[in-house]
Amino acid sequence: MKVFIYPPNSMILQDLVERFGHKPLALAKEIERRVNDPELDSPPMNITEIDVKVGLKYAAIEVPSGVRGRLAMFGPLIDEAEAAIIVNNFPSTFGCMACARTNEITIYLIKQKKVPTLELEYPTNDEEVEDFIARIKNFLEGLK
Amino acid sequence: MIKIAQLSCGNDYSGIQNEIEKAAETVGAKIVFPDVDIDFDEAVEEFGFNPVSPGLKLMIARAKALADKSFEADAVLIATCFRCAEGALIRNELRRYLQRHTRLPVVMYSFTENTKASVLLTRMEALVTIVKRKDLLGRERQVGITMGLDSGSATTKAVIMQDNKIVGKYWSPTTTVLESAEKVVAEALKEAKMDLKDIESVGTTGYGRYILGQHYKAKLVQEELTVNSKGAVFLADKQKGEATILDIGGMDNKAITVMDGIPDSFTMGGICAGASGRFLETTAKRLGVEIFELGEMAARGDLHKVPMNSYCTVFGIQGLVSALAEGYTKDDVAAAACRSVAEQIYQQQLQEIDVRFPVIQVGGTSLLKGLVKAVGDILKTEPLVPQNSQFIGAVGGALLCSGFI
Repeated sequence: MKVFIYPPNSMILQDLVERFGHKPLALAKEIERRVNDPELDSPPMNITEIDVKVGLKYAAIEVPSGVRGRLAMFGPLIDEAEAAIIVNNFPSTFGCMACARTNEITIYLIKQKKVPTLELEYPTNDEEVEDFIARIKNFLEGLK
Repeated sequence: MIKIAQLSCGNDYSGIQNEIEKAAETVGAKIVFPDVDIDFDEAVEEFGFNPVSPGLKLMIARAKALADKSFEADAVLIATCFRCAEGALIRNELRRYLQRHTRLPVVMYSFTENTKASVLLTRMEALVTIVKRKDLLGRERQVGITMGLDSGSATTKAVIMQDNKIVGKYWSPTTTVLESAEKVVAEALKEAKMDLKDIESVGTTGYGRYILGQHYKAKLVQEELTVNSKGAVFLADKQKGEATILDIGGMDNKAITVMDGIPDSFTMGGICAGASGRFLETTAKRLGVEIFELGEMAARGDLHKVPMNSYCTVFGIQGLVSALAEGYTKDDVAAAACRSVAEQIYQQQLQEIDVRFPVIQVGGTSLLKGLVKAVGDILKTEPLVPQNSQFIGAVGGALLCSGFI
């Protein structure tokens, strides 16, 4: 199944989803595709003016361009999602969206999809880490 | 190469980073990002403002690296997404923080996905000029025979100076850059009783500065932010100490803070015609009077009598016309138009700098008494309008280019 992960650039979540036989809908793949596209020339993310307008599908024109640019990347991934894992209260080393407003709308859009979703708090000690991994494992194994 | 430290949020996802770097490169500068520790919570806590967005926290940590001198740069660009409230708060507080803790020139910008390098060019050029030409900007006296040309969007001005005095000047509406310049140069030379070959050095500024620079073999071709501020403090005889220069132009406005005649912060508007001289020009046409007459009328009128629902050049002026139909006098309507422009500049631009006194109001619009009155009313001060205030760009050009004789 296609599993959207949040934060979408978390390498740990991406790895876990792959290990349990699913396809992670993650930012790294999307960025790789853009960076390797020789037709695009807007480093570092290769977001173009047209992309930011694509973001209008998810957020109105009054919304800052940085939010719409992010949504132009995450939105189509959310559209594809068949399941999702959301981690809350994570430090920036775990994954970083940089923009709080994008965080809010992204989580809302995932929840609106009504796909099987696992919502977790970021672990802060060894015991919580074990529980964190176990819950993700159970969730992913239960997806059909 | 001049290093401009970029403190920003949302730029990469707005697709404009390339444009920022292109603008910097055009003026011989390089964009750099201050190195910070990945765990920047401590820097944020020390700063005292804890935004929710990690991108803004990173901006704070980068500003702190500049203040602590753990990262070296020559100037700072602070930029966040247009319409982001949290970004706007941080942008402004970081600008204040940097001005308190460093001597780096700072410019702020709020961008959209449509931001192009050309929009950023004048700002970047000014940052580079402040850093690179500090000695030249420190020049307080004009020497020899020099000519300054200011090719603005609305008018073209020429000033000829000899031994620190204006000996010839002329202005004319801008039609084509070169033709308008040739006309004002000829008239200014006539007044000075000189020939073009007598001029020892030429300085150009304004939108048409490159074309004119090439045509007149100018020794100085420089953006209007630094040139205008130099001309303003020279004409106002405020070359020492602090001041704010307010130049409400035909197309955009500049608000520049200076210390000893050298700019250290500036803001440049240009998004809305309602905050420019164009609004007053359109109002004058609608009232069937000349622009300078509008200024006199506004000075006689009551700034607060006519209610205005919009700052827009279309809807705001429609409102003024309705006010006439309701029986308000033309003087009061003219005053309301001036208040509208002054209010918008106060709300949009002067919030981006710390206004320092005296306020020196310059440019063609400073000849409109009603507008000066409206600005003074809002800032609770009496703006200083120096003689020949419409010629600041040309005077600044003539003064600075004498450094090349």
